[in-house]
Amino acid sequence: MITLLWIIGGLLALLAISWVLRKLAQVVSGNKPLFRDMPLAVAFGYVLGVVVLAFGVWLWFQPNAVFFRWFVQGLAISVVAAYAFRLLGRTIGTKATKKAFRQMPLTASFGFLVILIYAICAIFAGVLAPYGQAEVFQNVNVLPGGNPATGGDPAHLLGTDQIGRDLLTRLIYGAQNTVGIAFATVCLAFLVGGSLGFLAAVFGGWLDNILSRIVDVLMAIPSLIFALLLMTIASAWAGSQQWLLTVYMVLIIALIDSTRVFRLARAVGQSIVVMDYIEAAKLRGEGLGYLIFREILPNATAPLLAELGLRFCFVFLTISALSFLGIGIQPPLADWGTMVRDLAQFINFAAFSPLAAALPLMAAGAIALLTVAVNFVVDWMLHKSSGLKE
Amino acid sequence: MSDTLLRISNLKIEGRSDETWMPIIKGIDLELKKGEVLGLIGESGAGKSTVGLAAMGYTRDGVRITDGEVLFDGVDLVKASLPDKRALLGKRIAYVAQSAAASFNPAHKLINQHVEGPVRHGVMSRAESEEDAIRLYERLRLPNPQEIGFRYPHQVSGGQLQRAMTAMAMSCRPDLIIFDEPTTALDVTTQIEVLAAIRDIVDQFGTAAIYITHDLAVVAQMADRIKVLLRGEEVEEASTKEMLSHPKEEYTKSLWSVRSFKRPAKPAIQTDATPVIRLKDVNASYGQTPVLHDVSFDIHEGRTVAVVGESGSGKSTAARCITGLLPPTNGTVELDGEALPADFRRRSKDQLRQIQMIYQMADTALNPRKSVGEIIARPVEFYMGLKGREKRKRVDQLMDQIELPASEFYDRLPSELSGGQKQRVGIARALAAEPKFIICDEVTSALDQLVAEGILKLLAQLQDELKLSYMFITHDLATVRAIADDVVVMKDGRVIEQGPKADMFTPPHHPYTDLLLSSVPEMDPDWLTKLLEERGRDNVGDMATDKMA
Repeated sequence: MITLLWIIGGLLALLAISWVLRKLAQVVSGNKPLFRDMPLAVAFGYVLGVVVLAFGVWLWFQPNAVFFRWFVQGLAISVVAAYAFRLLGRTIGTKATKKAFRQMPLTASFGFLVILIYAICAIFAGVLAPYGQAEVFQNVNVLPGGNPATGGDPAHLLGTDQIGRDLLTRLIYGAQNTVGIAFATVCLAFLVGGSLGFLAAVFGGWLDNILSRIVDVLMAIPSLIFALLLMTIASAWAGSQQWLLTVYMVLIIALIDSTRVFRLARAVGQSIVVMDYIEAAKLRGEGLGYLIFREILPNATAPLLAELGLRFCFVFLTISALSFLGIGIQPPLADWGTMVRDLAQFINFAAFSPLAAALPLMAAGAIALLTVAVNFVVDWMLHKSSGLKE
Repeated sequence: MSDTLLRISNLKIEGRSDETWMPIIKGIDLELKKGEVLGLIGESGAGKSTVGLAAMGYTRDGVRITDGEVLFDGVDLVKASLPDKRALLGKRIAYVAQSAAASFNPAHKLINQHVEGPVRHGVMSRAESEEDAIRLYERLRLPNPQEIGFRYPHQVSGGQLQRAMTAMAMSCRPDLIIFDEPTTALDVTTQIEVLAAIRDIVDQFGTAAIYITHDLAVVAQMADRIKVLLRGEEVEEASTKEMLSHPKEEYTKSLWSVRSFKRPAKPAIQTDATPVIRLKDVNASYGQTPVLHDVSFDIHEGRTVAVVGESGSGKSTAARCITGLLPPTNGTVELDGEALPADFRRRSKDQLRQIQMIYQMADTALNPRKSVGEIIARPVEFYMGLKGREKRKRVDQLMDQIELPASEFYDRLPSELSGGQKQRVGIARALAAEPKFIICDEVTSALDQLVAEGILKLLAQLQDELKLSYMFITHDLATVRAIADDVVVMKDGRVIEQGPKADMFTPPHHPYTDLLLSSVPEMDPDWLTKLLEERGRDNVGDMATDKMA
């Protein structure tokens, strides 16, 4: 209660300070429009920004704030890497890619860089990883860092898990398994959901009604529980064949996610179908395939792309969640969700040993980083495609 | 106190496009006395609306005033602070937008939106303002002034909404109203009511106004003085009478002469010839609502039939029956004497090819993701089966015909074209099918007059070269005069009158034809006054109620 009062009091004080500062600025600058027309909220925002910045600097010098320092360092490295990558893209490549890199904001180039790194990891996992993904070593629970003084081991740069598997190896293979499966799933969901959605938009009538009601029913069931249910059935069908279970998982998640894609594709399609150019194409006698893929699809790419970015992240998180619950990607295949689950209890040591807490955070961070990167890239693509229209 | 209400001097405005600031207005001076009406005219892109908004000290997003001052009654609106501007806007300066339908909030009743200004500015109490609103509605000759304010915007017609908007602008008795194309979106007959209402109320309250439009005949009725803008610069300014009788600049003269384009009428039809298109007692309905009643007319080879009528008269529906988008419930459509299947899906590829369509809104008629070349090439490939170099050759030829050289335009996207150029691409797409018959659905109504004239000339020229037949749907009788050979007048889904153009434009007419013809604004500044006297004041209001029923 007292804390709350302190916070409210502090904010009010800030408000007073910002009012005084604005007044001061108005007088000093001779009533420039910038200060004269500045709402109090904006002035408050500036003051609050300064306070937060000062707090960040103070936090940096606190001995306990290891994670904060890691975060800031990571952010700085990301910015530098993204900048360097954009610079590289501007100097090397074809005319078109150079132009794209010139217009690209830093966020997008960061996104591209991360996706590129993940893609390289996924494709060349067998070459890049120092060991095999199922290989077990003597040293268990080695901490990351590779420094024997802090509990590390130079042979295992990012440490090992409870049964002695090398974490760097498993992170790299995880890119292959988790990302690869998520990508396949999302493609399937878009193929099915997108085509059916456009079909419903073009035909309307009973076909639209039947498809939409089926989708409504599927969407009415909470998706994670539905996935769990279906996976339980699937695991009985798959029996001892692990790869079959993975295939079933792809199909099940694709089915559940295609309902969302269907809704979007249908809504976007409906607004395009009423355009005169679609009427002109129909009157020309064009077939259904031409209508959907040559006339409608190019105009629906922007919203679909945005959905693709989001959907990819959701699918990816669903797979990780299922693996975390033990019915997703099966061992000995490396998977980030499973890694987080296996190492989860180490987070309890965060107060004593930040390095130990980093064990589960590495896999979680890999998931988070990709999610952010994909969204950065999609945001930029959306911005670009909407900019073209104007 | 001086007589001048608004003085804009050396106004310069820039707009942001492609990361750089481009000048939109390059130094405009303007002066408005109390109670005076100034007409601002020019093509789209001339900066009329930008000047209109700047007169209120306002700019759209991505637009900034870089120089000059806007003195309203001694206050410089460019430099004034937001609170100072707020005190003026709505109270002493009001704005009437082009589309009243888009400017009213659809979720609130008209009168609730009307009283907002006066109550907020403390001019009147809510009850007073409501009473005043009813009085204003009465003055603007809105039907049922007691009740109309309690309707929602979608419950009244477009013309009435535009008048309600004018009433709203009047609610605080402002000194200055800016009208931004208030009648452009309306039918000719509705336009008259709105014009008459606006002129009356501006007269009565001695309000000064800036009237922005691209229609010269309209501005001639409304304004005391006219200023002509071209690409952000003033061309000339003079009193209305002088401007109409002795325009000085070449550009102004060219604007004035647009309406003079007229092609010679063709000789009468030989009665025994088979018409290209024949509608025989066509009835059609949307769901249970009948929209066409026994519509019959013929269109012969090489001739243009103009179908005229107000919106809702069924002219576009007739076109949908011909194309097969809306199968008639009764009656037939014949092509070269052969009955066409009612539904376009059951027509052969060749039958589909023979009937092509050009749309009103070129923006929605061209796929924004396809280049001009691709758009024109598709029918060439689809109907003629041409591929590769032959296809390209044919597309180049078509692009020559519409006067857009392929070397420059082939790879452009529709968004990189002007309105007139888009419409030309639409024409080329129709021509690519090598049809006998083209339906032109209000093809010039969204275009500036100069551009529209270019399109009409092109269509006329193509008709002569290719022996095309046109069905020309329009509500603009000036266009009919320019291009038609025969005229069909429609009202409420029925054909009221039809015949060769010469007969239609010489009396005696059907009363409705007469109403339509007399509603077309003329360049004579006294035209509206005379017309209203002829018709009698009360008539105008009745027409509005008629249309509601």
